[in-house]
Amino acid sequence: MSNEELFAQMAKAIVDGDPERAEALARQALELGVDPLEAINRGFTPGINRVGELFASGEYFLPDLVIGGEAMKAAVAVLEPELARRQEKRAILGKVVIGTVEGDIHEIGKTLVATMLSANGFQVRDVGVDVSAEDFVAAVQDMGANLLGLSALLTTTMLNQRKVIEALQKAGLRDRVKVMVGGAPVTRQWAEEIGADGYAEDAVGSVALAKQLVAQA
Amino acid sequence: MLRPKIELLERTAVERVIAEAYELLMDPGVRIHSDEALELLADAGAQIDKNERVAHIPAEVARRAVETAPSSFYLYDYAGNPVVHYGGDDVQFDPGSAAIEIVDYGQTRSRKPVTADAIKFLKLAEGLPQIDAVATSLVCADVPEAMQDLYRLYLVLLYASKPVITGAFAVETWAIMKDMLVAVAGSEKALAERPIAVFDACPSPPLLWSEITCQNLIDCARFGVPAELVSMPLAGATGPATLIGSVVQHTAECLSGVTIHQLAKPGSPIIWGGSPAAFDMRAGTTPMGAIETMMIDMAYAQVGKSIKPGGLPTHAYMGMSDAKVVDAQTGLESGIGTVLAALAGVNMVSGAGMLDFESCFSLEKLVIDAEIIGMAKRLVRGMDDSEEPLALAIMREVGHAGNFLKTRHTRQWFSKEQYIPSAVIDRDFRQTWEDKGAMDAVARAHQRVEEVVATYQPKPLPAEVVKELEAITLRAAQARGLDRLPSRG
Repeated sequence: MSNEELFAQMAKAIVDGDPERAEALARQALELGVDPLEAINRGFTPGINRVGELFASGEYFLPDLVIGGEAMKAAVAVLEPELARRQEKRAILGKVVIGTVEGDIHEIGKTLVATMLSANGFQVRDVGVDVSAEDFVAAVQDMGANLLGLSALLTTTMLNQRKVIEALQKAGLRDRVKVMVGGAPVTRQWAEEIGADGYAEDAVGSVALAKQLVAQA
Repeated sequence: MLRPKIELLERTAVERVIAEAYELLMDPGVRIHSDEALELLADAGAQIDKNERVAHIPAEVARRAVETAPSSFYLYDYAGNPVVHYGGDDVQFDPGSAAIEIVDYGQTRSRKPVTADAIKFLKLAEGLPQIDAVATSLVCADVPEAMQDLYRLYLVLLYASKPVITGAFAVETWAIMKDMLVAVAGSEKALAERPIAVFDACPSPPLLWSEITCQNLIDCARFGVPAELVSMPLAGATGPATLIGSVVQHTAECLSGVTIHQLAKPGSPIIWGGSPAAFDMRAGTTPMGAIETMMIDMAYAQVGKSIKPGGLPTHAYMGMSDAKVVDAQTGLESGIGTVLAALAGVNMVSGAGMLDFESCFSLEKLVIDAEIIGMAKRLVRGMDDSEEPLALAIMREVGHAGNFLKTRHTRQWFSKEQYIPSAVIDRDFRQTWEDKGAMDAVARAHQRVEEVVATYQPKPLPAEVVKELEAITLRAAQARGLDRLPSRG
C-alpha cells in the first residue's frame, strides 16, 4: 500500500467513526516508518475535517462527530511517542484545561467539548467534574494552558464559574489564559457579566470560539 | 414488538353497526341514479323500485360482494416500485385533494390556484419523503371547469413519480383520465397489474348515488383501477347526530358501493374510505378538525377492518384543519388528526396541506404536516425491544462515566430510534435560534418550501409519452372551448 492509500484509509477510518481501525492504521504507519506527523496532517486530520463538514451540512449527527473525535484521539495516542522520539511536534492550536465546576457532576457537555477541541488540534487536559477553583488554577499553571473551559449545568453551580475567574486573577494568571464558559443555563450575557472571554452554545461552536480566542492572544 | 393501536369500538358494537348497515341496504334501500348500476343489482337479486330509483339490496348480495373484494393491494410509483400498501394496519399519507383556493405565505386572503401553483405543489410533494403518494390537490382556475379534473391529473402525470389519489368530476372525463394513465403505464393491462392511481367515488348522504359517481365506480371496477369510496355523513345534518349512528350510515353507504363495484367486476380493488364530519351547530359548517369527526373516522376504519376476515383496505380524510391561515389551530388539529389516524391504522390518510374544511391549500402547511406525519409514523413503529439484553450490556460498558454519546451503540441506534425532523421543527438553543433570524414555524416552513422545490428532479418520462399526454389534454381542452393549454413556465 502506498502512503497515499494509507492516508486515504486513515481519513476514512475517522469519517466512518472507527477508533479500532484508526488505531490499527496508526500502528501500521509506524511499522512502515511513515513520518507520524505526516500521518496526522495528511491522513487523520483531513478525516476529522470532513466529519466537521458533514456535521455542518446536516448529514452527520452528534454521535458521528464524537466517535470521529474518539477515533482521532486513539490514532494520535499511538503516534505521539514516536513524535516525541523524533523530537517532532504536532502543530498545536492551543493548550486547554477543561472541567465542570465545583458542586456540579455533569460530565457529558464538557467531555464533548474536550473531544471536539482535541480532534481539532488542541492539546486538552480534561480535569473532570466537581473541580474546585484552586484545582483549576493549579492545572492551568502546571500545563501552561492558554485556554480554560468551565462547564456548569445548573443555575446554582454556574455561580462557581465566577469564582474560578477570581481565583485566576488572584494567582496572577488571568492575563495568560482565555476563559470560555458553557452549559445549559449559561448565556452570552452571563459570560460578559463574570468577565469570561467567550461563550459558545454547543461543542461545535466551542471549537470556533477556541480558535478565535487563541488567534486574539 | 407491539404496534401501538387504538380501537374506539367494542367488538359487539362493531357487530351491531355492521348488522344495522346490512338492514339499511334492504330498508329503506339505496337510491341510485344510474341505470347500469340498477341493472347490475337487479340481476344479482335486488328488488328495484323503478319510479323511486331505489334498490332494496338483500344482505347476502352485499355479503358476496364484500367477499370478492380484495383485502389488500399495492400502488406503484413511476419506476414500478410498490410504494403504497393498502391493507392490514399499514399507514401512508397523501396531501388533501381538490382545493379550490390557495393561501400564500404571509397572506390572510386566499386566491384561486393556477397552473404554476399546481406545478410548485407537485415539486414540493415529490420532495417530501414523509408523503407516500401525491393527490390532485389544486383545482386550476386557468382552465375551463369542465376539464379541471383531467387537467389536475395531466400535471400530476407530468411532474410526479409517486402514485396519485385523484377523482373525476364527470362521466366523460373519467375515460379521458383513464387514457392518460394508460399512456403512462403503457397499456390497460399494465395499468391494472400495477395501479398508479386511485379514483375517489363519493356517495351522497344519506344512501344516495349520483349518476357520475356511480358510473365512475363501475368504470374503475371494469378497468381494474382502484376505487376509493368516500362516504360522508354529516352527523346531525345529513346523518344521525350520534357518532355511532353516522358510522352505521357510513357502513351502509360503503357496503352499497362495494356491491355495485364488485358486481361490475369481482376482485377489482376497492377502498373503504370516507370524509364524514360532525356538523357544527353554530356555524353550520363541516369541521374536519373536530375531535368527533376524527372519532367517526377511526370507528369506520375499524368497521372496514372488521367487515370480513382480513378486512378491506381503508382510507380517511384526517390531519386537516379548519383554520384559514397556518396558525396554532392548524398545528393542533392536524397534529391530533394525524396521530389518531396512524393509531387507527388507516391505510391512506389524506389531508396534509389542507385548510378551511378541505377547500384551501397551503404549501407551508404541507411541510409542517410532513413533520407531523414523520412523528406519527415513528409512533406507530413502536418501541424496538429486539436487543437482548435490553440495556444491561451497554449500561455496564459505560458505567458511571455517563457518556453514551461516544459509544458505538449510540451511533448504531440513534438514527433508527429517532425520527429526525427537518429545520421546520425548532430544537435549537435560543441563541442559535436568534442568530438564525428568530423565525417562527411558518417562516421556517416557507423557507423549506423553497428549498425542497429547488431540489426537484424532472420525472424521466419518455418524450412520446409527454406528447401523448399533451395531445389528450389539448383535445379535451379544445372540445371545451380552450384553444391552447396554459403555459407550464
